[in-house]
Amino acid sequence: MFKETALSGQTTFFQKLRSMDYILLVCILILGVISSLAMYATDGGELLYHTKSHVLRFIIFFVMMIILSFLNLRFWHATGYLFYIIVLGLLIWASLYGITASGSQRWVDLYFINLQPSELMKIAIIVCFAKFYHRAQINQINHFKNLLVPMMILVLPILLVVSQPDLGTSILIALSGIIVLWLAGINLKYFVYSGLFLLISLPFVIAILKPYQKLRILTFFNPDKDPLGAGYQIIQSKIAIGSGGLTGKGFLKGTQGYLEFLPEKHTDFIFTLFSEEHGFIGSLALLFIYGVIIYRVIDIGKNARSFFGKLFCFGFASSIFVFITVNMSMVLGLLPIVGSPLPIMSYGGSSMLATMIGFSIVMSTKIYQKQLIA
Amino acid sequence: MFGGGGDSGYKKLSTVNRRMFIMTAAKLVIFGGIITRLFSLQINENKKYLTLSDKNRLREWRLPPVRGDFEDFFGNKIASNLKVYQLHVVPEQVEDFRYLMIRLRDILDIDSKTFKKILKKRSQQKSWETLIISENLSWDQFAKINFYLHELSGAKPVLSVARNYPYDEKFTHLLGYVAQASEKDLIENEVIKKSHVPGLRVGKIGLEKTFENQLIGSNGIQRYEVNAYGKRINQIDFVEGKKGANIKLTVDTEIQAQCNELLKDKAGSICVMDIYTGELIAMHSSPSFDPNLFLYGISHDNWNEILNNPKKPLINRSIQGLYPPGSTIKPIVALSALENDVISTKFKVNCTGKTEMYGQTYHCWKDTGHGIVNLRDALKVSCDTFFYEMSRRLGVDRLNLTAKKFGLGEKVFNGTYNEEKKGLIPSTQWKKNALGRGWVLGETLITGIGQGYMQTTPLQLCLMTAQLANGGFKIKPKIIYDKKSDSYEKIKAEMEKNRIDLLSDFQQDDALVDFSLEKKKRDTDLYKPLYRNQENVKFVLEAMFASTNEVRGTSYSSRINDKKYQFAGKTGTSQVKKITEIQRELDLDISQIPYKERDHALFVAFGPYVNPRYSLSVFVEHGGAGSSAAAPLAKKLFKTIIDRHEEREKIREKSLMEI
Repeated sequence: MFKETALSGQTTFFQKLRSMDYILLVCILILGVISSLAMYATDGGELLYHTKSHVLRFIIFFVMMIILSFLNLRFWHATGYLFYIIVLGLLIWASLYGITASGSQRWVDLYFINLQPSELMKIAIIVCFAKFYHRAQINQINHFKNLLVPMMILVLPILLVVSQPDLGTSILIALSGIIVLWLAGINLKYFVYSGLFLLISLPFVIAILKPYQKLRILTFFNPDKDPLGAGYQIIQSKIAIGSGGLTGKGFLKGTQGYLEFLPEKHTDFIFTLFSEEHGFIGSLALLFIYGVIIYRVIDIGKNARSFFGKLFCFGFASSIFVFITVNMSMVLGLLPIVGSPLPIMSYGGSSMLATMIGFSIVMSTKIYQKQLIA
Repeated sequence: MFGGGGDSGYKKLSTVNRRMFIMTAAKLVIFGGIITRLFSLQINENKKYLTLSDKNRLREWRLPPVRGDFEDFFGNKIASNLKVYQLHVVPEQVEDFRYLMIRLRDILDIDSKTFKKILKKRSQQKSWETLIISENLSWDQFAKINFYLHELSGAKPVLSVARNYPYDEKFTHLLGYVAQASEKDLIENEVIKKSHVPGLRVGKIGLEKTFENQLIGSNGIQRYEVNAYGKRINQIDFVEGKKGANIKLTVDTEIQAQCNELLKDKAGSICVMDIYTGELIAMHSSPSFDPNLFLYGISHDNWNEILNNPKKPLINRSIQGLYPPGSTIKPIVALSALENDVISTKFKVNCTGKTEMYGQTYHCWKDTGHGIVNLRDALKVSCDTFFYEMSRRLGVDRLNLTAKKFGLGEKVFNGTYNEEKKGLIPSTQWKKNALGRGWVLGETLITGIGQGYMQTTPLQLCLMTAQLANGGFKIKPKIIYDKKSDSYEKIKAEMEKNRIDLLSDFQQDDALVDFSLEKKKRDTDLYKPLYRNQENVKFVLEAMFASTNEVRGTSYSSRINDKKYQFAGKTGTSQVKKITEIQRELDLDISQIPYKERDHALFVAFGPYVNPRYSLSVFVEHGGAGSSAAAPLAKKLFKTIIDRHEEREKIREKSLMEI
């Protein structure tokens, strides 16, 4: 025990700095540069609002991430529940006094920033679960009492986000949560049961869905039915990606992008624009960078001695993967259009903040990887 | 302190590591799936999506093609293009279309009817298609628009080209005219459909219509990149249109202008032709109208004026007008009789002014009679009695063959003019087929003086005269100048050769058989003799000379003594209505007869008499006697024709040098 404390206590700042994961950092930086250039392209090759604020945010949040990385992992473990409760509080605040935009009440006004708490919840839920299962004994995990609390932790924010309404984010929160639950060791049969339950309740869910949400799902199955209406986004996105070809149309030369055929090209469809301009090769490169990031996060998790750090890294890596695949599948026409940003690439402060907080916890795990948490 | 440590902790770790391993494997599979999808979209279906993307972003605007010109033999432009100022609006580029239209209406003073028409047009077009507000802005309007342009966003003053006929009414019937393409034009002509743009003018009649496909030219194409809202971002491509082919005609504007002058205030036609090359020197039909009126849609008043004119300006009399040829047919009747050995040149008839045949009285135009006349005199004084007797002996069927051979009863320009009429040269067979009744012998007599069923166009008479005047050889009439066509010298040599060939044939076998086997070959017969014995043709020509240049000849008063201009001709006065005995007694002056019942005046001629080169036909509808109404016009025209000949030959030589 003494040894342990000594180990962590005696670590100097430079040692900590040296023990950071530089591959991960470089990858995040590359992603930052790529995303800034993509944003520049969405602004039509001019340094306009989106590009400027994206670059600014990236720099601020990247620096913030590095600073937060030096926080002891114990801090995150200690504040795990608090973090969750604060974000949940913000969600409730959003549903009561939030800012409404395009028919959805998602944002809270924090005076210096308009925050979207649902994005933060994507991370908070992983931290919360990581803390919960860090303490839990393996033989108690599948006990009824120990199932009910995580269930509550998961369902509460989902209900809040669905009511905003924001189907996309709530699905992503649910997916991140479920993956962590499964990784933590919950018996597979429970997932099968609840899956069956969902299937049975599907008709009721459909009845609750808003007309535009139903339309999106119907459109997914047949986008050509109404090419100028609901199917427009999917069709234009596929045209943009498909016309990119092997090497793409070239930087700033994506016609679908600069001629404004692409909807929401800053946010959810940023990959479409990138893929149109840089083609198959560029898309593979981007996927490779994401792959390396995920690999590094998993690797850090593997080497972490604390269960909290391990589960968080595994959970975070998996949810980043889920975000990426859901977003790409969506713009590639493999999934219905639901609002889901591409981590780091998409325009949006809350999403980037959440991702960067996630990375700083991962980095903290790396720096304090030998440390055990009680 | 060791949270989750010990055995339980180890188990927990192994579970999470195992599950993470499964998770990682699943991730790889899913990434693989995304890459596969990317591959299928970007590599396999790249072409398809590239096309779709181009379809999204590229839009084409077709510019109106520039129409080819018409020019006369001397290179004068008869139909060309004029720069005009137009006002265009592309509705999708206008923020407030209605407001703009109302502003334009006030500025340009558009009347409510035209305004409604424009709005209707707008509703029929696609929003990116150009809407033409005005096709021909006056300079005033153009200046006004430019003055207000800053508040008329979306309105575009454009410099465009429009058809222009600088000779106004002089070439209307010969050229035809253009007007806005109709639904029907688009259906009938693929080429028009292919190059159609709003406001396109196409040929409606005449050469403008016949040569539409050569004249029309090709569209210029502007290819623009547009954004999702249809706004033009930048020009990708500009393909310049090709101007349509210029067509050179054989006509002479100066002679044509004189024809127009001569027929002023009259209804009629004048045709002039080169008797060797077949080139049409002039062809005018009167009254005419200004084809420029049709360019921007003719006004109601102008149209009514044309439509209600009793002299019917819309008819191209030269090729559409069918009239009895009257005495102008007599040279052919005489030739036919000689060629068929029905009479000899010495045959004589005593003309007393009228003759009884088949229980009918047939009058000569001269009530007092011509006395005893031979064939030469009969042609010279146009004695009807002689021709009654001669055609009685000849018979209508033999006359029919000769007349057809010389170009009557068949279209002169087969296909060049859609509106050209064939006319009618009667025969016994024709009457049986067409009317179902047998030929009456009396009808032969009136056919012999160019009355009855016989109907010819003025152009046919001109061709007939040409083919007599060149010594009796077939020629090919043409109106489109072709550098490569046979020269005068070559044609003359060819005719001479064919003449000699026929002479030797004539000596060998029975020419009569050969003569009667009339073959309907047009071009292969070119420059071949139309006669059996050229002496007969020469005899007829000489008689025509007498008719104009000897005392008592019907057109003696219109003669020119100067050998350079001297011409030979034959008058004709064709009856519109059967003259009753009472009218014959009254012997009314022309001014006392209602216009519609007056005789048509005709005259055919060729000249110069020595070495003739040109033939002409003059026709004055309800003009009265040929000798007084038609022949004097020919006299005036011949001077110009011969004077212009040298100019013409100079141009011809020059153009031959250019080859």
